[in-house]
Amino acid sequence: MSNLMQIDGIEVTFTEGETVLEVAQRHEKEIPTLCYDPRLEPFGGCRLCIVAVEGARNPVASCTTKAASGMVVETTTDEIEVYRKSLLEMVVSENREIDVHPLSGYASGELANLCNKYEIHDTEITGAKSGTSKEDDNPFILRDYELCISCYRCVRVCAEQEGDHAINVMNRGFHTQITTEFDGLLKDSACTFCGQCIQTCPTGALADKKALRAVDKVADTPLNKTRTICPYCGVGCSVDMLTNEDTIVGIHPAMDGPANQGALCVKGQFAYDFVQHPDRLKTPLIRGNDGEFHETTWDIALDKAADGFKKVLSEHGRYSIYGIASGRAPSEAAYLMQKFIRAGFGTNYIDNCSRA
Amino acid sequence: MSNPLVDMEKPDVIFCIGTNMTECHPVAATGLKKAIARGAKLIVADPRRIGLAEMSHLYLPLRVGSDTALLLGMAHVIAREGLIDEEFIENRTTGFDEFFEHISQWTPEWAETITGVPAKDIETAAMWYGDTNKAAIYYTLGITEHICGVENVQSLCNLALMTGNIGREGTGINPMRGQNNIQGAGDSGALPNNYPGFQSVTDPINQEKFKTEYGKTIDLEKGITKVTALELCGDSIHAMLIDGENTLLSDPDREHCEHALRSLEHLVVIDIFLTETAALADVVLPASAWGETDGVCANTERRVQRMRAAVPPPGYAKPDWWIISEIAKRIGINGFNYESPKPIFNELCRLSPIYAGLDWDRIENGVTDELNNQWPVPHKGHPGTPRLHEETFVNGRGVFSNVHYRDPAETISDDFPVWLTTGRRLQSYHTRTQTGRAQGIDYLLSEESLEVNPADLEKWKLSDGEWCKMSSARGSINIKVKATNRSPRGTVFASFSFADVPVNLLTGSGYDPITHTAELKVCPVKLEPL
Repeated sequence: MSNLMQIDGIEVTFTEGETVLEVAQRHEKEIPTLCYDPRLEPFGGCRLCIVAVEGARNPVASCTTKAASGMVVETTTDEIEVYRKSLLEMVVSENREIDVHPLSGYASGELANLCNKYEIHDTEITGAKSGTSKEDDNPFILRDYELCISCYRCVRVCAEQEGDHAINVMNRGFHTQITTEFDGLLKDSACTFCGQCIQTCPTGALADKKALRAVDKVADTPLNKTRTICPYCGVGCSVDMLTNEDTIVGIHPAMDGPANQGALCVKGQFAYDFVQHPDRLKTPLIRGNDGEFHETTWDIALDKAADGFKKVLSEHGRYSIYGIASGRAPSEAAYLMQKFIRAGFGTNYIDNCSRA
Repeated sequence: MSNPLVDMEKPDVIFCIGTNMTECHPVAATGLKKAIARGAKLIVADPRRIGLAEMSHLYLPLRVGSDTALLLGMAHVIAREGLIDEEFIENRTTGFDEFFEHISQWTPEWAETITGVPAKDIETAAMWYGDTNKAAIYYTLGITEHICGVENVQSLCNLALMTGNIGREGTGINPMRGQNNIQGAGDSGALPNNYPGFQSVTDPINQEKFKTEYGKTIDLEKGITKVTALELCGDSIHAMLIDGENTLLSDPDREHCEHALRSLEHLVVIDIFLTETAALADVVLPASAWGETDGVCANTERRVQRMRAAVPPPGYAKPDWWIISEIAKRIGINGFNYESPKPIFNELCRLSPIYAGLDWDRIENGVTDELNNQWPVPHKGHPGTPRLHEETFVNGRGVFSNVHYRDPAETISDDFPVWLTTGRRLQSYHTRTQTGRAQGIDYLLSEESLEVNPADLEKWKLSDGEWCKMSSARGSINIKVKATNRSPRGTVFASFSFADVPVNLLTGSGYDPITHTAELKVCPVKLEPL
């Protein structure tokens, strides 16, 4: 049988095992989701991704329904849109607030965006609020469960993506709450502070406490994103550096990073602020006759650097000069270090820091 | 790595040896966790009961520095049980008959006497590894930072070659590189034996090529390694240019290292902080850092990627490439008129056969459906090479190595009765010049401690949480004791990250004679209460 189905009147192909949501997304259909993270197993909790399938009595969740030959799907009908709006209104009714700051995390605007789309501003369904915020003195992860919608993305990313199983769910129904073992602090759990829960949370219930320090500043000026590579180990995770004017305010994992596919560790996620630490060297230094360092200009420092090599070269010959390249700086630096030694002195007296 | 990172989810049997991956390469470890969740078996060989050991199906707690013996014992069992891949050996390798003869003497019972790992567990590991079509090896510095680092790696290659576990998805020999661009530094030719792209300096054809390019005749002899250079400081080495390395804290035998750098007539250090090493320099030049510098790096799977500047550097700091070029020009060295990193990278690509199909613009675009930037990329339009050795080995055939076990440079004695092994921790990176200056990291890890098995405390008169004096043949430091079952009886662990607990004052007992990699993983010490 051929893998053909119909979505919104268009004949499309699918591959075995693909869900209706995946097929629809490939064809640029906008289906709202809240509990969906493409890196995780389908969950089917939020029901926002419901679609109409010909022959089915009720709408089905497209994230858990496998595509099948001959299936006829409508992604948006008046009836489904009413369902979606009602579902959203109920979700919203339990939460303290909807609009969270984008610094909260990569996906933190998802709920607010859907509320805008469905024009849910001041919900008509008022009712009890669910979730109790957890005081946790850790410097990285804010645990504001008054914004939690029980989509379990944090629990699932911790288990499926990280394999850490640090957080889980306690209680049922309205009283559902995300928690750690014995309802304690994250640092006393299996949590490694990789920050993946923050980045998948669609409401800012789990939020980047460190990035949010810059919230007042970012309120007035835009947040920029620059794609780069994590500066720590050799895995080479892609990240988006978040900046506000000339300040680095946070890190988002790059979901399409070829080496990490959205994953990061505590260092890559949170240890970025060394770059703008006051200890940074800002001016060339030369050692004076008094034995102390003195700030100076580039011209003077570079001349002193060059003159020292020239003097040693003339007094001791070319085998007296050695270069050590960095395993942290870009390849252009390492390339020029070896060129400096080879083109300058005709020796191979060059190495990098890989032997220790 | 012979295989790409995405392959880490694919093996049926995973053999991790000398790698604390969940702490040192946590994101890579997530791939292994997924493989395990799918049903793959994990074998972990490590002296310490690390996180990976807790996840494993078979844990081999070998004595520090006994890896070669363990791997010889495994090879023996694979051969004895007929788990070899005869077709692969016939078509792709050389020297198996001699190797088969060689390993007949290295029984798992013999390996048990060296490693302390029960022979039956060595047998099980060998049977699992040998009896599957998809077995992959992962290792890190626990294999290489030994006087026998070369033999350790060769022993791993033997296992892969005899079972044909290389050149396919979910197999391979996969070293995890420790720094964001340590692969790129080697690729770029910052090595005493290779020009850019791992072209040997001893080949006259390469010499001619770079003479034409650089306008200088370069020695046909290999240069000396950093280790040798540090030994010769003050004797024949009198000037050094160090770019971004805190040599003093990261290298073994700190006193020797400090003495060496102090005896130079001229030391120029390029760095982003006034590190312990920069503090010894005559000239310190402030570099722009990560996030401030445009450039290219290469990761552990040979993937060449773009790093981008997002903010300006502080004060007068400048990119490394600019600083090096300016020094070169002032000495009168030709070929350093660069205005940006782009022509530098393109020059590197032009001169390196493994980068020949790459250029700045291709890296700028990143991964596309057609192009993947994992080297070798031998010509323009080449799609890149995620997996090495699929059809053939670089030198034609895979060569078996008839390795022998050797004791570490120093072994425990009455004077120094405890094995110290060193490494990293999840929350701190290297010498903490960076993580030590990131807010919040202290909350997770604020100080260094010595991991001691609880049952050993009484023997050395130590108490959990109290300070002790730890001494080796080279020096002593004070360090706080932490009782934990992660350390086996008779072996203790500390990281080298904290400047106030300079563990590398003690290390440096020996070096691999070929790679000059220091035996940082083994150092006999004694422990005394303070």
